[in-house]
Amino acid sequence: MEQLKRVPTFVIAPSRGGLSIRLKELWEYRELLYFLIWRDVKVRYKQTVLGAAWAIFQPLFTMAVFTLFFDRLAKVGSDGLPYPLFSLAALVPWTFFATGLTQSTNSLVGSANLIKKVYFPRGIIPAAAVLAWLVDLGLALLMFFGALAFYEWSPGFALAILPLAVTWICLVAFGTGLWLSALNVEYRDVKFVAPFLVQIWMFVSPVIYPASRVTQALAKRGLPEWLYGLNPMAGVIEAFRYALLGTTACQASFFVAGAVVTALLLLSGIAYFKRMERTFADVV
Amino acid sequence: MNGLAIRAEHLSKTFPLAERNEFKTLRDVLIGMATFSFLRPRPEPEMVTALVDVSFEIGTGEVVGIIGRNGAGKSTLLKILSRITDPTTGRAEVHGRVGSLLEVGTGFHPELSGRENIFLNGAILGMRRAEILRKFDEIVAFAEVERFIDTPVKHYSSGMYLRLAFAVAAHMDPEILLVDEVLAVGDASFQRKCLNKMQDVGKEGRTVIFVSHNMPAITRLCPRTILLDGGKVLSDGPSHEVVTSYLKSGVGLRASREWSAEDAPGDETARLLAVRVRTEEGVAREAVDIRKPVGIEMEYQVIRGGTVLAPRFHFFNEEGTYLFVSIDVDPQWRGKPKPAGKYRSTAWIPGNLLAEGSVVVGVALWAADPAKVHFNERDAVAFHVVDSLEGGSARGDYAGPVPGPIRPLLKWETRAIE
Repeated sequence: MEQLKRVPTFVIAPSRGGLSIRLKELWEYRELLYFLIWRDVKVRYKQTVLGAAWAIFQPLFTMAVFTLFFDRLAKVGSDGLPYPLFSLAALVPWTFFATGLTQSTNSLVGSANLIKKVYFPRGIIPAAAVLAWLVDLGLALLMFFGALAFYEWSPGFALAILPLAVTWICLVAFGTGLWLSALNVEYRDVKFVAPFLVQIWMFVSPVIYPASRVTQALAKRGLPEWLYGLNPMAGVIEAFRYALLGTTACQASFFVAGAVVTALLLLSGIAYFKRMERTFADVV
Repeated sequence: MNGLAIRAEHLSKTFPLAERNEFKTLRDVLIGMATFSFLRPRPEPEMVTALVDVSFEIGTGEVVGIIGRNGAGKSTLLKILSRITDPTTGRAEVHGRVGSLLEVGTGFHPELSGRENIFLNGAILGMRRAEILRKFDEIVAFAEVERFIDTPVKHYSSGMYLRLAFAVAAHMDPEILLVDEVLAVGDASFQRKCLNKMQDVGKEGRTVIFVSHNMPAITRLCPRTILLDGGKVLSDGPSHEVVTSYLKSGVGLRASREWSAEDAPGDETARLLAVRVRTEEGVAREAVDIRKPVGIEMEYQVIRGGTVLAPRFHFFNEEGTYLFVSIDVDPQWRGKPKPAGKYRSTAWIPGNLLAEGSVVVGVALWAADPAKVHFNERDAVAFHVVDSLEGGSARGDYAGPVPGPIRPLLKWETRAIE
């Protein structure tokens, strides 16, 4: 009988923001998240001639330039690792972070049509914009394993924490994406700020140089190592280096600081997003 | 009726008037901070009130129409009920999954194939993958796009695109369906199909809210209608009563209008009394056959005689495109001053000239010497040009969408020359 079907009830009222993210509802919309990711991936690979190759060339080419300028000429050091491997282990996750972040910044404005016409938890949009690049990250990682074989290097059991590192980078990208995408609805020039932010962020993260350079400089001034860890991407990059190369020069406190900041970033992002969410359809 | 589907209590919505292409920028905020402008009082943003204290109850299985002129708050109400935007105050209780057909084709991606778009669009509308799989064949058949299902939709004709989009939306199984003016899409036969589908949905015991300007469709599909005006519920009751009072009130555009002596537009020289859209048989009606001539007549009182007066009509289509202007060229009165009295001027638009759709007519009375506009009533009346597809129109045997603001029936000659 039709009448026996359980009918969901909901109440519409002015929203109050806050941290309630209605996990049950997010779960109900998991298929939409999946389809949006699937759409982004599919369209991207349909439209670009290079397709998958692009995901590999970008970090590979950057690595070559970095090796020439920062290793051969500037001699920034690499904690005793081959510099190409050392920088590639950071460039693979960084490329994912940079593209994911810029894409998610513009994601809400880019989906104005959807937002004005259909209801769904809005957070799905910036989430899909980040997660759609996981496919590229996967391809880049495969390329990295090729490079490992070339240098006859093995990360050993440390590789087991790779899923953890991937989760972490997604959380940082999503947390920042929540902030920037909602800000971009309010202030339309945020999308121009995002690439600049990404660039600055790369310089303050141990992508080009080893984290040990910074932590040692801190130690010289009697400052604790975790201070550098407050940049969550510093922790993320070092976590990737550990997972992919099997070594890290950083202490646990460095990673804990990063994890705490990530949690704060995520929670504040959700709170801000929730507060702005109710007016998206009116202003986007 | 067995229970409540929607209970809306004192819903109100105001939002800041968005000036087009003028968004706030971070740069301005930073400059503002640097120059301490936040210490100065800021001008209050202009607010638009879209809904004021709207309350109603809709029972499970009811099919309710919502009418009102543009800007009456119809779309805002649907947006609130479908949770796209929040009310400013008030609350609503909704019992059941809500599906909205606010605009079909939402989230269609031109690069993806018809098949892929069905799944994507279905997910956006809140359908489960399993549900889409189950209904896939039905959707494709309804849209009549079997042959092109694996072609990217960017290669679809606009008709195919709309049919596919509507088909996906029409196959949702929500307990409550919100429909906004979708029937304005597609060709006549597809529109008929959509109306039938909506009728079926209503019969299945689902709750339907149907927003439209199409009064015949409203009275046919919905036993009950809510009339909104200026964001308020003006009346709520049996459709034929609400629709009749709406048409009589002059709130909406209609085929005939009359003015009382007090509020007749005009000046001390002449005043407008009535405007009517009529057929050759003499009846005023909203829907006119595309093949038949339509007469637009104006009645006016010349109070002070002795002026050469030129009545004129201005024609616009529903998108606001200026179609043409027609000036009274009746030789009997050309260049001759009219004595005081009542006059009726009629202009005849030949059949097979206007395209299908709504035509809005403005009425003016103009004098050359001294040059003066005595009255100019924009949006005085409106009518709908309808092609019944029985033949005899410029469509020939083609039933698809025909673009263009006019659709003259031209004389064609084709001869075999070799």
